[in-house]
Amino acid sequence: MPTLNEYLLMGGLLFVIGLCGVMIRSNIIVILMSLEMMLSAANLTLVAFWRFGGGEGLPADSYNAQVMVFFVITVAAAEVAVGLAIIVALFRSRQTVDVEELRSMKG
Amino acid sequence: MTTAFIILLLPLVAAASNLLLLRKKANFSAFVSTFSAAICLVLTFGLIRQDDLNNLGSFNWIKIADLKLDIGIELHGLGLGMILVVTLIGFLVHLFSLGYMREDAGKARYFSGLSLFMFSMTGIVFADNLAMMFIFWELVGVSSYLLIGHWYHKNTAAEAAKKAFLVNRIGDFGFMIGILLIWGSFGSVNFVEIEGSLRNGNGNYDKGLLNWSVFCIFCGAIGKSAQVPLHVWLPDAMEGPTPVSALIHAATMVAAGVFMLTKVLFLIEVAPTAASVIQYVGAITALIAALMATQQNDIKKILAYSTLSQLGYMIMAVGFAGLLSGGEVLGEKASNAGFFHLYTHAFFKALLFLGSGAIIYACHHEQNIWKMGGLIGRMKVTSFTFLIATAALAGIYPLSGFYSKDAIMTIAANKPLLLVIGSFVAFLTAFYMTRLCVVVFFGRARSWSSEEAKEVPLLMLVPLLVLTIGAIFAGQTFAYSWFVPSKDIPHPEGVVLPLILTAIAVAGIIAGFFLYRGRDQEPYPVQVLSRKFYLDEIYIILVRIFQDAVAWVAKQIDRLLIDGLLVRGVARLVTEIGSVLRGMQSGNLQGYAFLFGVGVILVLYIINAAIG
Repeated sequence: MPTLNEYLLMGGLLFVIGLCGVMIRSNIIVILMSLEMMLSAANLTLVAFWRFGGGEGLPADSYNAQVMVFFVITVAAAEVAVGLAIIVALFRSRQTVDVEELRSMKG
Repeated sequence: MTTAFIILLLPLVAAASNLLLLRKKANFSAFVSTFSAAICLVLTFGLIRQDDLNNLGSFNWIKIADLKLDIGIELHGLGLGMILVVTLIGFLVHLFSLGYMREDAGKARYFSGLSLFMFSMTGIVFADNLAMMFIFWELVGVSSYLLIGHWYHKNTAAEAAKKAFLVNRIGDFGFMIGILLIWGSFGSVNFVEIEGSLRNGNGNYDKGLLNWSVFCIFCGAIGKSAQVPLHVWLPDAMEGPTPVSALIHAATMVAAGVFMLTKVLFLIEVAPTAASVIQYVGAITALIAALMATQQNDIKKILAYSTLSQLGYMIMAVGFAGLLSGGEVLGEKASNAGFFHLYTHAFFKALLFLGSGAIIYACHHEQNIWKMGGLIGRMKVTSFTFLIATAALAGIYPLSGFYSKDAIMTIAANKPLLLVIGSFVAFLTAFYMTRLCVVVFFGRARSWSSEEAKEVPLLMLVPLLVLTIGAIFAGQTFAYSWFVPSKDIPHPEGVVLPLILTAIAVAGIIAGFFLYRGRDQEPYPVQVLSRKFYLDEIYIILVRIFQDAVAWVAKQIDRLLIDGLLVRGVARLVTEIGSVLRGMQSGNLQGYAFLFGVGVILVLYIINAAIG
């Protein structure tokens, strides 16, 4: 049975991979996917803390963390819906999904 | 509302209604102004015959701590004569203007200017304190400015108006300082109160300071009465319509300086140093103005310089008020002599100016005396009145000028130098006036404008004739006592001085007659005199040097401090900061995300640190 540390390590790893994806990749769809990955990492961490929150390998009494996770999943779903819609609109007007080419805000 | 206040305010009402309501109805506005002047004259006749002239009305205008300013009316002694001179000459000039300005486009403006002047001048005469006098002093300046610049589309007239106003400002600045000094010394600006505390000796004043304050007040008279060195505005002021020159720049406003000095006589009496400055300024003005008058070619300019010279006489005479003679200051004797000349001069000089106005009118606005000639045959009445006035100005017995000039010379006899200067000026006066008359009235007509000259209409002749009566009889005891009931007429005693002066005047007339008889152009041109001692040029150079220096400093301050540091400096600072911050706006989505993340971390860190 994995321990809390292993879960946290896994969560951290996922978060960093997502962060790197957001910072480095230039395809905006990949960036959105990386963002989802970062949210999943946060969810994993929350669930892990719940699972080991009661002490001596037992789960916590309250379900606060799980409620939080559900909220995050909901918000993420909404965010993806909005984000993809924006990307589609962006692609229609600019014919590209490459953020390197979307620089009209440069001062 | 006392009669005095009606006399004061009626012209103001006329001026306001002319300017605000009657601009389009020029003839009616001329009538309104003339009518108001006539009513003022009638009321003045009544006013000065009143037995009780002590309570003419007064109200508090401003009260700030110790400073109490009243608008009040004080009328006694010489003021009675002055107000009568102002309203009488004022009315006659209004009458003359009806003819002279008949076809002028700005008639309504002209008559409202005249009414405004009448209001201001009456205010000066009525003023019972220095502050009120100063207000009206400035008002006559304004109305003089408006009237000199009546033909403002003519560049010279606009310039002359500006010059008169600016030069007067210099003198008025001194006047203002003088008033403040007086107020500082005596705690009051009211004539009666100042005189009271001076007589009681409880005024906390310093002798030296008193001299300075009298001198500063005299600066006001230097400006308004056009004394050296501020005389330069008066000859230029002849750009105004001729009736204005007669009223403002010969008979009344320029005499206001002299009148003001007679009002502060009690101060001059105790300030001998300032008094001798006054005498010498007057004498120098009389001398150099008379010299300049001998070489002018413009009929009005000659009269203007003559006015300057006569004003110099009056100022000199008033200055003698502070002279000790036989253990006593001359005081009233001197100021009476000065005022006597002011009063006779008002008649014959107004007559000369109106006469010159009639001549100019008849000669189709020709003012050069060398283009006139032979007018005595064509304008009999005008020529007759003009010659009478000339004789009066020259001081021929028994015309008015003879008495007043002799009165002044009797006073001046206390200082031999000034007596000599005065006598020489008397000679010059007779000389240049004879030159004027010989050239204008005798000989042949030198241009078509004088050939075609016809006698002016009756409306313009009436004022001339009335003033001629004044010029002849004003010096007699019955006339003077009618104008100034409370004062003795300062007729000279003895016969030696009058005889000498008459001889001098006759010598001047003979010299002028034989030198200029039959000439068609100036036979003896003297550049220095015809160019007015180059004073205008010197002033221009002085102003330029001084002004250029100040302008240079101002320019440097403007360029370096205001423009360079404050205006452009701020702009540059904003630009620089902007160009640094612009680097952050990379347009890179990930860059924004990164900065956002860093920002969130920073905020969290700071909050954490703050909570501790």
